[in-house]
Amino acid sequence: MSSRPALPAGLRLDARKTTPLLHPLLTAPAPRIAVLALDQGSGETAEPLVAAGTRVGIGTPIARAVGEAATDLHSPVAGIVVEIATRSTVAGVGRCILIENDATDARDPALVPVDWHALDGATLLDCLRGAGIAGLGGAAFPAAGKLALARASAVGHLVLNGAECEPWICCDDALMRERAADVVVGGQVMLAASGATRCTIAIEDDKPEAIAAITAAIAAAQDDRVELVELPALYPLGAERQLIEAVTGREVPHDALPPAIGVVCQNVGTAAAVARFVGTGEPVVSRIVTVTGSGVACPGNLEVRIGTPIADLVAACGGYQGDPARLIVGGAMTGRSLSSDLVPTTKGVNCIVAATLADVAVRDPEMPCIRCGDCAMACPARLLPQQLHRAALADDRDALARLGLADCIECGCCDYVCPSQIPLTARFHAARLRMQLHDAERRRAAEARERFERHERRLAEQAAAERLAFEAARRRARGAGPP
Amino acid sequence: MSGATLLPAVGVAAGLAATIGAALGWAASRLRSDAGSLVEQIDALLPQTQCGQCRYPGCRPYAEAIATGTADIDRCPPGGEATVRALAALLGREPKAVDPQFGPIKPRQVAVIDEERCIGCALCLPACPVDAIIGAPRFMHTVIEAQCTGCELCLPPCPVDCIELRPAAELPG
Amino acid sequence: MQFQVAAPPHVIAGFTVPRVMFQVLLALVPFAVVHVWLFGAALLLQLGVAAVTALGCEALALRLRGRPMPQFLRDGSVLVTAALLAVSVPPLLPWWLMAFGTAVAVLLGKHAYGGLGQNPFNPAMVGYAVLLVSFPVEMTRWPVPGPEWDAVTRATALDALRTGLAQSYTMQEILADPAFGRVGAADGEWLNLAALLGGTYLLLRRVIRWQIPLAMLAGLALPAAVMHATDPGAHAGALFHLASGATMLGAFFIATDPVSAATSTRGRLYFGAGIGVLTWIIRSWGGYPDGLAFAVLLMNLAVPLLDRHTAPRIHGHRGR
Repeated sequence: MSSRPALPAGLRLDARKTTPLLHPLLTAPAPRIAVLALDQGSGETAEPLVAAGTRVGIGTPIARAVGEAATDLHSPVAGIVVEIATRSTVAGVGRCILIENDATDARDPALVPVDWHALDGATLLDCLRGAGIAGLGGAAFPAAGKLALARASAVGHLVLNGAECEPWICCDDALMRERAADVVVGGQVMLAASGATRCTIAIEDDKPEAIAAITAAIAAAQDDRVELVELPALYPLGAERQLIEAVTGREVPHDALPPAIGVVCQNVGTAAAVARFVGTGEPVVSRIVTVTGSGVACPGNLEVRIGTPIADLVAACGGYQGDPARLIVGGAMTGRSLSSDLVPTTKGVNCIVAATLADVAVRDPEMPCIRCGDCAMACPARLLPQQLHRAALADDRDALARLGLADCIECGCCDYVCPSQIPLTARFHAARLRMQLHDAERRRAAEARERFERHERRLAEQAAAERLAFEAARRRARGAGPP
Repeated sequence: MSGATLLPAVGVAAGLAATIGAALGWAASRLRSDAGSLVEQIDALLPQTQCGQCRYPGCRPYAEAIATGTADIDRCPPGGEATVRALAALLGREPKAVDPQFGPIKPRQVAVIDEERCIGCALCLPACPVDAIIGAPRFMHTVIEAQCTGCELCLPPCPVDCIELRPAAELPG
Repeated sequence: MQFQVAAPPHVIAGFTVPRVMFQVLLALVPFAVVHVWLFGAALLLQLGVAAVTALGCEALALRLRGRPMPQFLRDGSVLVTAALLAVSVPPLLPWWLMAFGTAVAVLLGKHAYGGLGQNPFNPAMVGYAVLLVSFPVEMTRWPVPGPEWDAVTRATALDALRTGLAQSYTMQEILADPAFGRVGAADGEWLNLAALLGGTYLLLRRVIRWQIPLAMLAGLALPAAVMHATDPGAHAGALFHLASGATMLGAFFIATDPVSAATSTRGRLYFGAGIGVLTWIIRSWGGYPDGLAFAVLLMNLAVPLLDRHTAPRIHGHRGR
């Protein structure tokens, strides 16, 4: 066990994690109809393998990933596919597979454990690809894809992210307390799959029970490649690039991914899912979700089947209490606010908060920036939010690019400290979208110019060739005269 | 102030002004910025639709006309307000509305060939300035959506009026 | 069940502009108390005139610019400007000059540039500089400190220092003048102590950061110490400079105005140091006894350059 020096930028936030952790993990009841979004949050989708009427068991593959960022989908319940229809999901509106639960909870007989010790790295990766394991830290990027890139880049260091720095979210804490062995085994499997030789599990120091559990699990595993590192409880130390800097002391270049410096990062929940898959053959059909907030009667951490409507989860925690004003998916700083609780969960949903007005901050009206500089001190990416704000207001794209808008991780730290109550994160998000649209426009215009120039050249060459052919024909027609 | 003190003072001031003015003039003509010639900078701001609505045969000729002062910056409907603003910022002028005599401002659009009605006459193929229509005589023609700039130059040559313009899909991101 | 939608983050720290301004006013109280004890209750009149003028001018400017009046009048920033100007000017300044100076500070120093957050110059210092240059006699007429409430005036310590040096007295002879106390100016040393107290409060409450005050005091003390060691007869020592004139007030209240100061950490160090050095230079060789106002205004000019060249390296760029 070792600790690293703190990063200079970051905030100590009120964690709000005690209540859900007062009692152990519960299992949420399975939904009556499971709604599986084909786009689980990564932006890319999957192709259905089933149609209405197909009978499925728990773990039966129901969709194949299309695109690098999507994962395979498996049925979380046993029953019959009702339909494939467009529904509202956490990720927006999209096509979903609806499966009616027949309450038998029958597992697909094709699921078998994987003897991962006997497999070589590449084969193990193929196995993992079929397990639908997405990054359970929230981004839902395929774990197998990340590990494959790590293997191709000869990465040596695997970092398991148990930091969980954002207020309200404590699903990883609950996981580590109760299933520490799974996390360690998952780490070992990932080492084998990626070819890395060292695994560091990073946990923030405000989680002593989790630290103790993981330490014991590492000791039991008797694997000296796996170690635990304690980090200070700063937000957003759990963001991937900040975490890697805290653990290894090196920064990931802004235009590259972590394998460029020999590191690959995975969430501890992802590691536990990997362990469950190799141990029982069960792909990702459920995950731990924190249900909390003053608007919930009995906050807790639940093992939830993917595709369960959020309203069911709240009901499993005693239902609403008081006057919940906001429903937030995620944590206090980056969580997205939903208008309805009927949406189903996805692989990326790690926390649901039914917040009353007392839980959230109601901002005063926005004032002009007084250049106090607190935002720059809080920014974990070392940007200058007050300059970015000026440039965003002026829509000055050159300045935005120069000041590093693309490096903003939208963590919300600048918003948090601003005395003028400026909604900086929302401004930067909007500015990024505008910049992306503008860049796409410019690229298209440049391509159009190139094609036009090629078109003109082609016409000129055609005209020249026709002219030559005409001259040659005329010469032939006049007899074999001098050329 | 007597002439003895006035004359040298005026002389020094005038001499300084002349020297500095000459130096600035030399710098302006000899030390160029590396952003490319003015025509290229203007051309980079135009949408490259090559539609000819500005009455010039393409975006580059229009850029040249702006650079020489022959044409004003308000002649590009596909570029819309954003292009006028960008040109105004580059040239240090006031932005103005796009002159409606050069065409209405439309949202981004792409040409779509109705395959039921297309007779394969291949008259639209050479009309496209960016070669975005693929096909051959008596074979089905189609517009490559990603490459179509919405310039509308393919509409007049079509003898059966089978090409229509539709709003382009939103860009990703 | 339906819910309201809001953008993240859903929690904030709760600092507000009025709260920051109120803390600054609170921290000025020790200074004001000592000021009244030394020079009499005239300060209270000045504060009153300045506050009323400031609010009036702000309301006028907001009305002319079409901005929401209640929200901006409540933010307290104009009261801070008024208070800083009122404590910087001699307490016997005629009230119409106080009003004039405040009006210049608020209208010319702040609203002409676009209001809160847009002024490149410290508004209080703009007002002070205009008053000093336009009415030099009234602006340098300081009363005798102490419980007597006479209107007899005499030179301040810095003033005495300057004229004494110009007349080629040595430091030892000059220091015998009753204008000087144990450490610095007789009146100034208590005022500076009070300002230091208020400034420490602001530092502890994290309203201001340590970079500007520390850099300014260092920038003032180091050249003074070096020159005093080299030529004690012609230059006052570091402790004297630190305890005279508006040093502490400037370091903790004036130079730290966030709107007109540099924003990056390194930039703030250079900014503060620049103010300190310029203050020492103007005090030693310039045409005015206390160079703080002009030093601040000069460094305000340099802020865009400082900001541009001291921007921190973004995470992940030109990696280690």
